[in-house]
Amino acid sequence: MSKVRVLVGTKKGAFILTADGKRQNWEVSGPFFAGWEIYHLIGSPADPNRLYASQTSGWFGQIIQRSDDGGKTWETPGGEKLPKPGEFPSGMSNKFVYDTSPETGKPLTTHQWYDGTQHPWEFKRVWHLEPSLTDPDTVYAGVEDAAIFRTTDGAHSWHELAGLRGHGTGPKWQPGAGGMGLHTILLDPKNPARMYIAISAAGAFRTDDAGKTWKPINKGLHSQYIPDPDAEIGHCIHRIALHPSRPDVLFMQKHWDVMRSDNAGDSWREVSGNLPTDFGFVIDVHAHEPETIYVVPIKSDGEHFPPEGKLRVYRSRKGGNEWEALTKGLPQKDCYVDVLREAMDVDSLDPCGVYFGTTGGQVYVSADSGDSWAPIVRDLPAVFSVEVQSLP
Amino acid sequence: MILVALPAHLRTLARVQGDVQLEVAAPVTQRSVLDALEARYPMLRGTIRDHVTLERRPFLRFFACEQDVTFDPPDAPLPEAVVSGREPFFIIGAIAGG
Repeated sequence: MSKVRVLVGTKKGAFILTADGKRQNWEVSGPFFAGWEIYHLIGSPADPNRLYASQTSGWFGQIIQRSDDGGKTWETPGGEKLPKPGEFPSGMSNKFVYDTSPETGKPLTTHQWYDGTQHPWEFKRVWHLEPSLTDPDTVYAGVEDAAIFRTTDGAHSWHELAGLRGHGTGPKWQPGAGGMGLHTILLDPKNPARMYIAISAAGAFRTDDAGKTWKPINKGLHSQYIPDPDAEIGHCIHRIALHPSRPDVLFMQKHWDVMRSDNAGDSWREVSGNLPTDFGFVIDVHAHEPETIYVVPIKSDGEHFPPEGKLRVYRSRKGGNEWEALTKGLPQKDCYVDVLREAMDVDSLDPCGVYFGTTGGQVYVSADSGDSWAPIVRDLPAVFSVEVQSLP
Repeated sequence: MILVALPAHLRTLARVQGDVQLEVAAPVTQRSVLDALEARYPMLRGTIRDHVTLERRPFLRFFACEQDVTFDPPDAPLPEAVVSGREPFFIIGAIAGG
């Protein structure tokens, strides 16, 4: 029987939740990296036992952890072996240094600060890790201050794809309230040269040449809170999702507005429809139904909790506009948790499982595509990320 | 032999218990102790000092013989009690919380 492994990053460590295909009885392991913020924990599609974790701390900075046995044991690549006498360690799994080389990185020196002045790029943390679809040693990292890095040696070393910051609009990027993080990386399964990324609060960008050059893809986005609501960049995108069978169709949860693109981001249209509020963070697509999508509406940018204290997932079976509330098994009174952008995922079993985590420490599962829900755990630290692996 | 007392999270990361013992060639300074520490425990690189600038991370402090030596020059000799291994060189995380 198939099984699922749910990788959970929290404010105080990582947890791994496992169950068989029924998804009813769960085993909880962890905390791993206790006391550290785990922004993201994810497995390689090419080797499910290869996991990567972004471990961060205000005191000690960034660490990248790697597991080769599905999370039983972990190592810091490059830090696990002692160098020979007189040698420095070869690996720098936590070394993220912006490209300042004359050839590719020299002009990439500043971005816009909150007060409109220019400010130097300063690495703070890794928000998102996106393993290659085909190579377990290749991983992309989205970082704050916004940039994309890549490792091709299993996280021993990281190098910036500087074409993103250097494509021209970089000096106009500005941090949102949560920082200027690159939080979304989507790899096109049909076109290895195409990638999508999203940055708060710069917008969405696409490369069609494997990261050498990038262009903004924000046409159709409208954000009333920025000086030019229809600007090419400056939109606070919270999350983008796609279905692997149709990688040109993108779904976006923006700061406000749920959006859809049918042409790889060249243009967007709003599909918020009858949602009770179109503010939120997560968005995801059903594993087997490319037009079925999920969001968790949050009251507003000033009140990060569900409207009316009712935790509701909304599902559209028509790719947006027409939404139904999914409430069975979810708290329908006095619930004031948030669901952060990285904290929803689906499995690929049949029926499709849907999972999300909250800032209150609950991780919920629906084993019937959202019709009913049950908590896997109720009392973890605030959940930052949820990733699901469907295993044979 | 120099003793270095690490914060608990860095002991976990380095997979050590108690104080770390290091051979450090003279002169024994903040810089030479940190260089030796990072060479012996590569996973600590970047957690105490920035990878490139080697500047101390802002929420860490260095103490020796009950004195805050954080802002002493990095190449200033450490006290003899640290050099002889009678007293540890402390790396301490700032206390946070209400």
